[in-house]
Amino acid sequence: MRYERPTTMKQASVLLTREKGSAFVLAGGTDLLVRMRTGFVEPDLVIDIKRIPATREITSAAGGFKIGAAVTGAELGEHAKLKKAWPGVVEAANLIGSKQVQGRCTMTGNLCNASPAADSVPALVAAGAKAVIVGPNGKRTIPVEQVPVAPGKTSLKKGEIIESIVLPQRPPRSGDAYLRFIPRTEMDIAVVGVGVSVTLDAKGVCTDARVSLGAVAPTVLLVPEAAKALIGTKIDKAALDALAKACSAACRPIDDKRGTREYRIKVAGVLARRAAQIARKRAAGNARDRAGGK
Amino acid sequence: MSNIHVRTKINGDVVEYVCEADETLLDVLRNRLGLTGAKEGCGTGDCGACSVTIDGRLTCSCLVLGAEADGSEIGTIEGMANGEQLHPLQRKFLEHAALQCGICTPGILVAAKALLEHNPKPTETEVRFGLAGNLCRCTGYDKIVRAVMDAAQEMRRA
Repeated sequence: MRYERPTTMKQASVLLTREKGSAFVLAGGTDLLVRMRTGFVEPDLVIDIKRIPATREITSAAGGFKIGAAVTGAELGEHAKLKKAWPGVVEAANLIGSKQVQGRCTMTGNLCNASPAADSVPALVAAGAKAVIVGPNGKRTIPVEQVPVAPGKTSLKKGEIIESIVLPQRPPRSGDAYLRFIPRTEMDIAVVGVGVSVTLDAKGVCTDARVSLGAVAPTVLLVPEAAKALIGTKIDKAALDALAKACSAACRPIDDKRGTREYRIKVAGVLARRAAQIARKRAAGNARDRAGGK
Repeated sequence: MSNIHVRTKINGDVVEYVCEADETLLDVLRNRLGLTGAKEGCGTGDCGACSVTIDGRLTCSCLVLGAEADGSEIGTIEGMANGEQLHPLQRKFLEHAALQCGICTPGILVAAKALLEHNPKPTETEVRFGLAGNLCRCTGYDKIVRAVMDAAQEMRRA
């Protein structure tokens, strides 16, 4: 195995494009090193992107935020402005693993690992986040929900690397939340995860919403029908009932050791209802409720 | 396989080593540098026995390549005591008998020190969350939590 540490995205992309063997991008390594250790992958080349300045920063971009691909969970949790604008995204990222893992893990890695149960991904999808991709043909930007295409598989082409994730500008009276269900209190993989982002008008009527589900299909899902159930309502009981129904209807889960198909379908509705209520409260300026397990 | 030359600071001292590209920092510490305090439990970032700090950030050294550490400052359990004088956490672990077999202890001490630097007055719940990445199969954790709480109290008075 060779180890390379380029200092520009272009160099990284060239290395990745030219490699004839198996090449992997390393940021936090909390998935890659485990896969190497367990013999699941045997890289010929590992490209460490942490010396590329753009991957290490959280910057303001068009009123929103640009989060570099190697920014760790711990760094996200320490960024007061980001936390205030997108509490659901930060909480989702901070649910991943232990303090030790938080010191290294990244949202871009979580996205590219393409697990259907990735915690930060439903929150990013609900937030309308976009991935900035650098490749042999230059830069392109796509919605994050278009990155994973199947468990462990992404839509990235040969030589392409995600440089950063962009969160859009937040209109006034907006809020987001992420909730997951796990049988333990901490350090576990989601049985179901739900991300909700809403914007209200001055009268408290929902004018925009995005709802995303994790661990209930081969990829994280964006559920437009669930968003429709909220838009135009005050997110009252009837709207929450319709939201829960739409979320359960969108699930295409498997049975596994973490939960049965029926259980996941039911819990998706329950969690969506709770997450929407937290997002609504946050949007209305009441941030007393906290999502997540911490 | 080409060897990689790495320059780091470990526990305040400049340390240079040569490692292979696929060697973990844990293997470098233990096998090349003789710093055997960090232990390998799982090798997959679940047990925390290999905990170290890199540029002040708590990390599992089994999930870091030795080559990645170039230019960083690493803190290990070997740097915790000041000569013969034990760190308050180490002393309190002995007083409270917060260890049995001892395999997890170096990692827990490194994690507890990082926790108290970040939060000098943790609640019991915060200690338990802060150490959730460190598994102990002997003690049942209660004595560990008590030792950390007691050390925190003593460090606040100091």
